[in-house]
Amino acid sequence: MNILTNPKKLRGFERHFKVENVSRRSILKGLGIAGGFVLAAPVMSRTAFAAYETGASKMPHGTVVDPRVFVSIAPDGIVTIVGHRAEMGTGVRTSLPLIVAEEMEADWSRVRVQQAPGDEVKYGNQDTDGSRSTRHYLLPMRQIGASARTMLEAAAAKRWGVPAAEVKASNHEVVHSASGRKLGFGDLATDAAKEPVPGIEGLKLKDAKDFRYLGKGQIGIVDLHDITTGKAHYGADTRLPGMKYAVIARPPVTGGKLKSFDATEAMKVSGVEKVMEVKGWPWPSKFQPLGGVAVIARNTGAAIKGRDALKIVWDDGANGKYDSVSYRASLEEAARKPGLVVRKDGDADAALKSADKIITGEYYLPHLAHVSMEPPVAVADVKGDKCEIWAPVQSAGGTREDVAKTLGIPEANVTVNVTLLGGGFGRKSKCDFAIEAALLSKELGTPVKVQWTREDDVHHGFLHTVSVERIEAGLDKNGRVIAWRHRSVAPTIASTFAAGANHAAAFELGMGLIDNPFEIANLQCENPEAAAHTRIGWFRSVSNIPRAFAVQSMVAEIAAATKRDPKEMLLELIGSPRIVNLSSVKDPWNYGEPYDSYPIDTGRLRKVVELVADKGGWGRSLPKGHGLGIAAHRSFVSYIATIVEVAVDDKGKLTVPRVDTAIDCGTYVNPERIESQIEGAAIMGLSLAKYGEITFKDGRVQQSNYDDFPVIRMDESPLVTNVYIAPPGPDTPPSGVGEPGVPPFAPALINAIFAATGKRIRNLPIGKQLEA
Amino acid sequence: MIKVKINGQEQNWDGDPDLPLLWFIRDEAGLTGTKFGCGQALCGSCTVIIDKQAVRACITSVSDAAGRDVTTIEGLHPTGDHPVQKAWRQVNVPQCGYCQAGQIMQAAALLMDNPKPNHDQIREAMAGNICRCGCYQRIENAVHLASTGV
Repeated sequence: MNILTNPKKLRGFERHFKVENVSRRSILKGLGIAGGFVLAAPVMSRTAFAAYETGASKMPHGTVVDPRVFVSIAPDGIVTIVGHRAEMGTGVRTSLPLIVAEEMEADWSRVRVQQAPGDEVKYGNQDTDGSRSTRHYLLPMRQIGASARTMLEAAAAKRWGVPAAEVKASNHEVVHSASGRKLGFGDLATDAAKEPVPGIEGLKLKDAKDFRYLGKGQIGIVDLHDITTGKAHYGADTRLPGMKYAVIARPPVTGGKLKSFDATEAMKVSGVEKVMEVKGWPWPSKFQPLGGVAVIARNTGAAIKGRDALKIVWDDGANGKYDSVSYRASLEEAARKPGLVVRKDGDADAALKSADKIITGEYYLPHLAHVSMEPPVAVADVKGDKCEIWAPVQSAGGTREDVAKTLGIPEANVTVNVTLLGGGFGRKSKCDFAIEAALLSKELGTPVKVQWTREDDVHHGFLHTVSVERIEAGLDKNGRVIAWRHRSVAPTIASTFAAGANHAAAFELGMGLIDNPFEIANLQCENPEAAAHTRIGWFRSVSNIPRAFAVQSMVAEIAAATKRDPKEMLLELIGSPRIVNLSSVKDPWNYGEPYDSYPIDTGRLRKVVELVADKGGWGRSLPKGHGLGIAAHRSFVSYIATIVEVAVDDKGKLTVPRVDTAIDCGTYVNPERIESQIEGAAIMGLSLAKYGEITFKDGRVQQSNYDDFPVIRMDESPLVTNVYIAPPGPDTPPSGVGEPGVPPFAPALINAIFAATGKRIRNLPIGKQLEA
Repeated sequence: MIKVKINGQEQNWDGDPDLPLLWFIRDEAGLTGTKFGCGQALCGSCTVIIDKQAVRACITSVSDAAGRDVTTIEGLHPTGDHPVQKAWRQVNVPQCGYCQAGQIMQAAALLMDNPKPNHDQIREAMAGNICRCGCYQRIENAVHLASTGV
């Protein structure tokens, strides 16, 4: 029995549906679509429930399963489905509504998607982060669709005076096959509204063999036409009557503040209308703005030119000496001494002492910036005690909360309209730019757009941390690994929320450190202290990047030292197919998921290694100067393995002829979008491995734009990237896709470079290291 | 008074002649399909076509465009069915989509100049356009499809 089609596996939900026939007016107001509809209910009724069980119920505001909140049907049959998560390129604005359409038997060509504003009480959690959307919403969306279908079938049965069991929804109509009668969804809409919303426990979900859309990958994203014709609406594309354009000069050092400014020259710039101070918050203060000086103009170009003409004196504050060279030395020093023990299986110290041979690797990964193509931007319109925002935010609900708090108005008075995101990668989980726009609009009394330039984005981001990972592996005389000590030291994201947070948070420890899947009797993980000196934030796949880089490099280092095949070494370390016992870990976190539903299953990790080795031609013969590297990693409760082929010429020029990746993300919705995510993850992985480095001197970021913080361009991208999606087991719940592709890429690449050249790179980025 | 023709429509500008064309197109003419990415001609998000040449609107001033024909993504084809646009949809190129207008304009300009570019020519011509989502494999396939029909 497939877990997804077995409602008996559902538990812990509560039900308080009530039938509500909604007037056209309220729907028009609620959803902004025309027609007399049914099933749309801007009401508070909701169910909280735990499915097969995911961590969804533990997220703020949990899950809402109510067809009246998510589905409406017009008399002409057009079905409108609400997308309540943020679209940043993963395809979620298509995938989640597609699940509803599948279950309700809607014809996708007659479905429209309506983006929900930020309202977590109504829609449930909207924080599009942590590769959670499909894993938390596959089942709820199916239930919503099945509820709507059941109501349509009940309405048709009544109309015909036949038992509901005799009718069946199919492709946008309900059919009574005994009499050959049919009624379209549009014809049934009004009557269906009068039907009670069925309880979740009685819902009949479709059998997977009857799926038309799920798992097929033949549906293009809903925004495809608009994107290719320039009509797609991103953060900066909102234009309001009387709207002003603003850019802000922010303190160059985190925690710095404005001392004084002279706007004389700025005010002379054609188009500049006003220069004003923007309120800043002391560091750390979660996502509150840094403050500074805003230039208000009739267009963005004038605002930028005006800002260039400002004369500003800053007070740098406590982080004015932050320097990446000395900071790195301090991390290395910390990594060479014992730190806080966060996992202890057996006795690694003793086993290392008795080892025949110890292999030590120390791996460095610098700060990284997200540099999504769309820099942060937001439009706000504050009128009295009401505020409306248009912004590319990953967390619409969180933005609403933070803007309301900042302005001192009730959340109900804040509307957050979520535009498409021109990339997110974690940066747009933080809504500082939306708060800035709200503050300026309040002060000016007009709508304002705050546009960040690329330089602003690079200088004032919430950077990926900087880390040293030190691994010592102890081998017995037969070359078997008997001890493993991994010290991970990096400033924590928690430091952005609270002063003095010097150790990794549970969620950071759980990303590739304490969740190590290797079958080693004596395994110890430590987390020495590190103080932050800038804003640290989530970056696609987060701490998994340095951890996978270190752990998977070390596997290949051990293989080389013991003259083993790296893939065989990897499988040996992963060990037998089993569920990893994390009883020695205080808080395994596990991506917020219950361990019963989402355990660390080494059988699945082995399978992706074997799948990629088979399909990706591990061991194939290669031209001179080429090499293959392999790496595997579980993150966001998905399993992934990557093989990279590199070519390094005699001048050290690196190219990537081929990438092969296998992913097991459990039950999946849209394989075509999974492929695109993994293809993109290879590019992001190559970018960070080859070039990614943000450095500080005198507290200031030294890079500014794509020239000194380069990312991969087409002429250096892999020639071919192949993606293999492992078929899910029958009871395998869905898991993450957006992030897991990134972590294994860098170590697979570095291992390939070693295979090609014999050079072991332990410090990223690669930069000029191959030229030496 | 500067006159610029955008998608066949004459637009007037009597403000700063040095205003980057990008901001004139977006903020003054109200055509938001052309995107801001870097402001330094490093990423290609703002690519438009001027007199059959792909141009970065972020470092082109309004006065540089005076009297010339500027085509933005909105004006590439009346129904959005330029061969490049059609190929883009067929290959499902975009992820977030933000850079895609610039990519499409760059590809359209490439095909005007070289209707049958080979693999290396595509990769070279498109190298000025960054896609942070990493859609390059599909962009290359789409350009190839648009140029050959297969």
